[in-house]
Amino acid sequence: MAANHSQLVTLTAAELASALQSREVSAVEAAQAQLDRIAEVDGQLHAFLATDPEGSIAAAREIDARRAAGESLGELAGVPLAIKDVLVTTDMPSTAGSRILEGYRSPYDATAVAKARAAGLVNIGKTNMDEFAMGSSTENSAYGPTRNPWALDRVPGGSGGGSATAVAAFEAPLALGSDTGGSIRQPAALTGTVGAKPTYGGVSRYGAIALASSLDQIGPVARTVLDTALLHDVIAGHDHHDSTSLRHEWPSMAAAAREGAVGASLKGLRVGVVKQLMLEGVQPGVKARFEASLALLAAQGAEIVEIDAPHFEYAVAAYYLILPAEASSNLAKYDSVRFGLRITPEGNGTVENVMSATREVGFGAEVKRRIILGTYALSAGYYDAYYGSAQKVRTLIQRDFAQAFAQVDVIASPTAPTTAWQIGTHGGDPMQDYLNDATTIPANLAGIPGLSLPIGTAEEDGLPVGLQLLAPAFEDARLYRAGAAIEQLIAERDGKPFWAQAPSLASATAGKAAN
Amino acid sequence: MSETSGANGEITAQTVEHLADLARIALTPDEITTLSRDLDSILHNIAKVSEVASDDVPATSHPIPINNVTRPDEVADVLTLEQALENAPETTDGMFRVSSILGEEQ
Amino acid sequence: MAKTQLMPFDQALELFEPVIGLEVHVELNTKTKMFSSAPNAFGSDPNTNLTPVCLGLPGSLPVVNDQAVRYSISLGLALGCEIAEVSGFARKNYFYPDMAKNYQISQYDDPIAHDGSVEIELASGRVVHVPIERAHMEEDAGKLNHVGGSTGRIQGAEYSLVDYNRAGVPLVEIVTRPIFGGEADTPEIAAAYVATIREIVVALGISDARMERGNLRCDANVSLRPRGNENAGMSVLGTRTETKNVNSLRSVERAVRFEIQRQAAILAAGGSITQETRHWHEDTGETSPGRPKSDADDYRYFPEPDLAPMTPSRELVEELRAALPEHPTLRRRRLMSEWEFSPLEFRDIVNAGLVAEIEATVAAGVAPQSARKWWTGEIARIANERDAQPADLITPEQIFSVVELVDAGTLNDKLARQVIQGVIDGEGTAAEIVETRGLAIVSDDGPLIEAIDAALAQQPDVLEKIRDGKVQAAGAVIGAVMKAMRGQADAARVRELVLERAAG
Repeated sequence: MAANHSQLVTLTAAELASALQSREVSAVEAAQAQLDRIAEVDGQLHAFLATDPEGSIAAAREIDARRAAGESLGELAGVPLAIKDVLVTTDMPSTAGSRILEGYRSPYDATAVAKARAAGLVNIGKTNMDEFAMGSSTENSAYGPTRNPWALDRVPGGSGGGSATAVAAFEAPLALGSDTGGSIRQPAALTGTVGAKPTYGGVSRYGAIALASSLDQIGPVARTVLDTALLHDVIAGHDHHDSTSLRHEWPSMAAAAREGAVGASLKGLRVGVVKQLMLEGVQPGVKARFEASLALLAAQGAEIVEIDAPHFEYAVAAYYLILPAEASSNLAKYDSVRFGLRITPEGNGTVENVMSATREVGFGAEVKRRIILGTYALSAGYYDAYYGSAQKVRTLIQRDFAQAFAQVDVIASPTAPTTAWQIGTHGGDPMQDYLNDATTIPANLAGIPGLSLPIGTAEEDGLPVGLQLLAPAFEDARLYRAGAAIEQLIAERDGKPFWAQAPSLASATAGKAAN
Repeated sequence: MSETSGANGEITAQTVEHLADLARIALTPDEITTLSRDLDSILHNIAKVSEVASDDVPATSHPIPINNVTRPDEVADVLTLEQALENAPETTDGMFRVSSILGEEQ
Repeated sequence: MAKTQLMPFDQALELFEPVIGLEVHVELNTKTKMFSSAPNAFGSDPNTNLTPVCLGLPGSLPVVNDQAVRYSISLGLALGCEIAEVSGFARKNYFYPDMAKNYQISQYDDPIAHDGSVEIELASGRVVHVPIERAHMEEDAGKLNHVGGSTGRIQGAEYSLVDYNRAGVPLVEIVTRPIFGGEADTPEIAAAYVATIREIVVALGISDARMERGNLRCDANVSLRPRGNENAGMSVLGTRTETKNVNSLRSVERAVRFEIQRQAAILAAGGSITQETRHWHEDTGETSPGRPKSDADDYRYFPEPDLAPMTPSRELVEELRAALPEHPTLRRRRLMSEWEFSPLEFRDIVNAGLVAEIEATVAAGVAPQSARKWWTGEIARIANERDAQPADLITPEQIFSVVELVDAGTLNDKLARQVIQGVIDGEGTAAEIVETRGLAIVSDDGPLIEAIDAALAQQPDVLEKIRDGKVQAAGAVIGAVMKAMRGQADAARVRELVLERAAG
């Protein structure tokens, strides 16, 4: 049973779901296997901020009981799910990786979480993240960094490094993330996993601790394109609690992924390569993997088209005005009055002093930097030049995308310009990290969907490289169809799925020891 | 606020102090120095948005435009008093307690 | 503290032209709040009318109340405004403990209604058209209770307690353009304008409009400019002050008058006016300085990304326009003429907010003057005593049943007042109270004659005086008889009997 038990964690969500449906495996066994795996490896990885083994097992037991009672359950009922700590949950604390929310208990579940629970998924734990999702490495978590299972001295990307690591290291088959400028896609690339940023409004933001309201989007994280699609189907759909939630009849993403994996879906597919997304300073191994995957696509009958998007060079600038501006307002609520940390300065002081002291101590350096920047961008006399102009750039980027999608079906780029870097090596010049987000940011500014999937490792460091696919708004299914086809080609090329190439954690540990 | 920033939009310590006051963060002198430098560098890189933001370009504040999203006037989602106060640092008589207030409401 | 120097009002007007601008906040009486599905109710236990949205809990998001939008459009139309084709929300950012998110969702560039005009009529019959700049939707803040120090005051308090029940209650803020040419009527214009707004929202049924509960709040901007600039329009305006939260019609008038006199004294002495918010003190009848306008007023407005813009369909606007009630000024003129009230009588009931009550009472069958007398007299007195709203105490039908008994001669006015009191105290119907309290007029002359004899025995010279032509001397006997009968007599009949006796 022990071997069987540890094998459970390497099943894909789709495989596990079918084993649960046929009652070969119980939800309790699945949950226990993941909890054991977390207990075994998370000391090294720190992907999780909170777990509640008793609660998770109790939830799994209820699924088993309902299944035994003959109740008709969702396709993923009984599958464990890791949840990024940006989503509020009633059964575990929700901190968004910030000290200011340490121990915070939400009286309600985020809609994505509620939908997952209703579908029978079992919350296995809350995952680590850059504080309030501000960062690309998960080093900005107030609770310490998460480590990349491919190399423990490397970052897993961010802000959703915890969710990406959890699925990469078999601590969970599925995870929820949030993507404001790449926080699902970039960690997926850096950990060799799959992640999707849905069309803005496709998944409710209710219960997602807000970073930048007009950019944030909740999305699925998994090891395979199909698993990602299955979770996407669970969380998508209109929610009356979110005024930006779309009323749209979404097609099944899982059906699209299944179609893509079997059919000749790449034949005739027009794939755009945007000049401006081929950044200077892209790591050679990343560039090589990207070009090799384009060649694979072309060999399958896809048409590769070079695209010009002249305003993309302004995307990072616009993003780093809009995000801090919205964040400076969204984070004003953390003031020590209704919830969260309270720091009372010496000699007590007025409520103004208490708020200022609390926010000084409760927020990390990057959060403070962005709040100050956003306050500046919105302040009297600067609004038009900064925030106002950034909103216009947003229009120009949408127009660039509209022109591009008049010529191509999807746009492809490396998800990130580099593979995972060593912990502690960035952080001198914040602008340098901001520029690294140039590939993922345009999709958030335009509200369009994006998917990252692994396409191999970089020759120079053996670390995973991600391919980003973008589609027009509402065409999320197109990404899953193409993504599943490419995933299939990569597996055929390598003789096994990419996730199966992840080093066992034992050797990753050795790699760290060698450093 | 124009007197607190330099002619080239350089961020001075005074600007950062003013912003920190608006944002209610009690920054340390070291942080003020660091942030002045960081912000200056960041703004140098992002100020270019105004190059292409001409008058004929409309602003986009919602990525996917939708209009007239409302809800019916019906009571729902009400918290119990216990839930409302559960996370409060300090409460008295069913209310949130704060120390004395310097300023006036606006 | 030195007493504020004031210039006599007439003298101030000789030297300066007063210009005012008024901001009225109207709380809408929707079932739920502006952006959350929490109950919009007054008087609940603290922090019990809340959803995650009202507390700004992490992850919560606002959603616009459909009814609040409809009410706001109706109000905009009643103010003669254009309804915006595209209207949106914006965040006004500032920290204050009664603001759960530390920003207020309001409207900035594109309010729901703009460019209107409200006709008001003064006691003199002067008609003034108050220009409306805009009416926009926003959310109310919570309430702070200051504890320690001098009671209820922010200054010197040890700590404060926050109740967020009011946080998120829908508000419409109506902003006038500067009102020129009011001259000596300026204070009255301010009060009459607020009274008219109140009538409008009551007629629309969109607000409880109780000023003492803060359902309707007025901020008054006052500035003076030296004589000789009357035709300069907006180009020459004095520095203004904004007196906040003036919460009764009388106070609005007094506060504006006070500011005119205060500013005139300063300007005439060569001083200058500080641009600031000021507080109105009901007890002393003065304003005192509050927060000066400063850098800290950088509210960093930006479009609310959590809410979609509104594009009210023209069909909806026309549907709401068709359903508008009669304009208060027209309605007032009609009722005044139908009821044959004097302008003064009518103004009193307008100021007392009793027009609707009297209208309903007349509809129930009571004569207009009688309805006016009851509402502005006994009922208003009891309401005042009990800090209640007159309309909450008694129904028009109940008043009718009492008046019916007076008309039938069963009750006199004095007894009827006791019956009204009984009805208000829930002792039963008017007829039941007459029965149980034994209040009916004694119509048998026997006991009256006995009482008259007893009274004459005490005052033997009265009959003589009457015979000498001093008929008013009968009053002393009538008073004694009414007292002996504990009011349960028809005074006119007693008078007849006394005069008969003198004649006999």
